[in-house]
Amino acid sequence: MSNQTPVIELRNVDKSFGPIDVLHEISLKVNAGEVLCLLGDNGAGKSTLIKTLAGVHSPTRGQILLDGKPMRFSRPKDAQEKGIATVHQFGGTFPLMTIGRSFFAGVEPTKGIWPFKVFDRSKANQIAVKAVQDFGITRIDDGDRLVGGLSGGERQSLAIARAVHFGARVLILDEPTAALGVKQAAHVLRIVNEAKRRGLAVIFITHQVMHAMAVGDHFAVLIRGAIAADFRKGEKSREEITDLMAGGETMSDLEAQIEGYMETHDGHPPQVASQSDA
Amino acid sequence: MSRPTARHGVGLSVFQRRPEVTGGLIGLVVVYAFFAYLGGSVFMQAPGWSSFLSVAAEVGIIALPVGLLMIAGELDISVGAILPAASLTTAVISGHYDLPTYMGIAGGLAVGVIVGYVNGLLVSRTKIPSLIITVGTMFGTMGLTLGLTIMIAGSTGVFMTPDPISKALLGQFIGGMFRVTMVWWVLFIVVVFYILHISPWGNWIFAVGGDPESARNAGIPTRRVTVGLYMLSGFAAAFVGVSQVITFQSAQVAAGQSFIFNSIMCVVIGGVLLTGGAGSVIGIVIGTLTFSIVNQGIFFSGLDPNYGSIIIGVLLLAAVLSNDTFRNIALRYGSKKS
Ligand SMILES: Nc1ncnc2c1ncn2[C@@H]1O[C@H](COP(=O)(O)OP(=O)(O)OP(=O)(O)O)[C@@H](O)[C@H]1O
Ligand SMILES: [Mg+2]
Repeated sequence: MSNQTPVIELRNVDKSFGPIDVLHEISLKVNAGEVLCLLGDNGAGKSTLIKTLAGVHSPTRGQILLDGKPMRFSRPKDAQEKGIATVHQFGGTFPLMTIGRSFFAGVEPTKGIWPFKVFDRSKANQIAVKAVQDFGITRIDDGDRLVGGLSGGERQSLAIARAVHFGARVLILDEPTAALGVKQAAHVLRIVNEAKRRGLAVIFITHQVMHAMAVGDHFAVLIRGAIAADFRKGEKSREEITDLMAGGETMSDLEAQIEGYMETHDGHPPQVASQSDA
Repeated sequence: MSRPTARHGVGLSVFQRRPEVTGGLIGLVVVYAFFAYLGGSVFMQAPGWSSFLSVAAEVGIIALPVGLLMIAGELDISVGAILPAASLTTAVISGHYDLPTYMGIAGGLAVGVIVGYVNGLLVSRTKIPSLIITVGTMFGTMGLTLGLTIMIAGSTGVFMTPDPISKALLGQFIGGMFRVTMVWWVLFIVVVFYILHISPWGNWIFAVGGDPESARNAGIPTRRVTVGLYMLSGFAAAFVGVSQVITFQSAQVAAGQSFIFNSIMCVVIGGVLLTGGAGSVIGIVIGTLTFSIVNQGIFFSGLDPNYGSIIIGVLLLAAVLSNDTFRNIALRYGSKKS
């Protein structure tokens, strides 16, 4: 579209764990104020890709560029200091800690002089609650509540608010809407849009095409660690995206397979989980 | 909504936010009342207090950092070997070689810190459970202590005579009855309370125990936290070992085994979550006192000492069960509010 320098760019990134090659030749760009949706089946390598961006893993080959400058992260903290904030799948918050403490984990506000540094609880609580409320979660009003007492959507919102608060320029979200109900998911999507409006570059991973289409400007589909398709909003229909996400097989093929199975098995669908039928 | 806001008073929220303290206090009072009733006035006066407080002080100094480790999701079994290793080091330096007492003390404490450092390195660099690693370093330390002591001193027990200042600081009986270790325990409580609940590092400890992966991703130096905590528990175990040799003027290879389970017991009775991520210093102190009252009260009560073990076992189970319940209440607090 425009000629602006992408906030973050990957050039021919490979990642292997010993003999296992997980990512091959990944090249991607994300501009400020844009959402890149990363799609793909289970095990396609989405989490591995974003962990590489977040400094959890370092790429085996290839380059990561931030504002056009090559970067090398050896620890998650390095990526964070450069403004790359990540909300990892299955994580990011601590159930048995209070909202204020969890929000500031690793970057605690202190008062007093060394060595008598004091964790500033009231300041932490106040900032945390305000940051979450600014994203529209007004139900959170007490920073002393335990994170484990929040709903899944509230926890995700807290993690996103935390990332944005600490000056992120790139926000990476690994399946933030998985396991959420319709309403809670809508809330998280609104927060993603709000982050985009504030000019962040967002990378959003999801298995739900509807969620991707609600926020995405740009889509990349990963199949077995390689980019199988890379397109912009409006260039592909919902059905086409779904087919790509199923790993190249079309949805109608899958449906035909299931129907074929049912014909040869007295109308029973294939057993997925054990069901107790009479 | 139907609840009046006045019910959210300070008392209620403290009760809900510090569940282990509430449960622990009830347990402590019940246990004390029980032994006060059986043990009579002797237990309620100075002799009773001095006996359970000296047990509490020794095991308490070790239980505090062991508790921090458990909150961070790790165990330390090696404290049982560090304690005699430190006493013997001090006794060999200041007794066998007749060097100044302060050198012996420094040597003994250094042994604890070094073993702790090795524990920390092994636990944070490998994926082997800390239980196994610290059992390994326990046997290693024990073997080395035994071998070196026999090689140097020619026996498994070494004697020393501490200088008067060291004796006053570490081995004195205040009022002829209360060991000075109790004062040191209070100091340890203050320092560990500061680390866990006041300083920013406390947050790191909770985060590491709650979810190590997220903690690392949040930029917390998780390895340094683990290594630091093991060094602290090594130091604490060595401190008790050194204070024992200064007090009793002799060191034995076989001392210290009981501290392994006893320290863990105090921590668990004190409501620290076995799987890490939650706990408090006040809880650990209450757990230590409760444990020590049972441990010593049994001798004043006239009951068969074996009943003491049963009571400890029951307390342990009650603590774990009630903490689970209280914790669920704490988690629900708030979600009901909206
Ligand atoms: N540390 C590792 N060591 C070896 N293999 C790994 C490692 N991490 C991931 N893998 C492998 O890489 C592949 C991709 O995993 P990844 O977690 O990135 O998938 P994903 O696309 O995020 O899947 P999902 O949608 O289920 O979250 C998997 O086959 C996985 O087993
Ligand atoms: Mg994943």
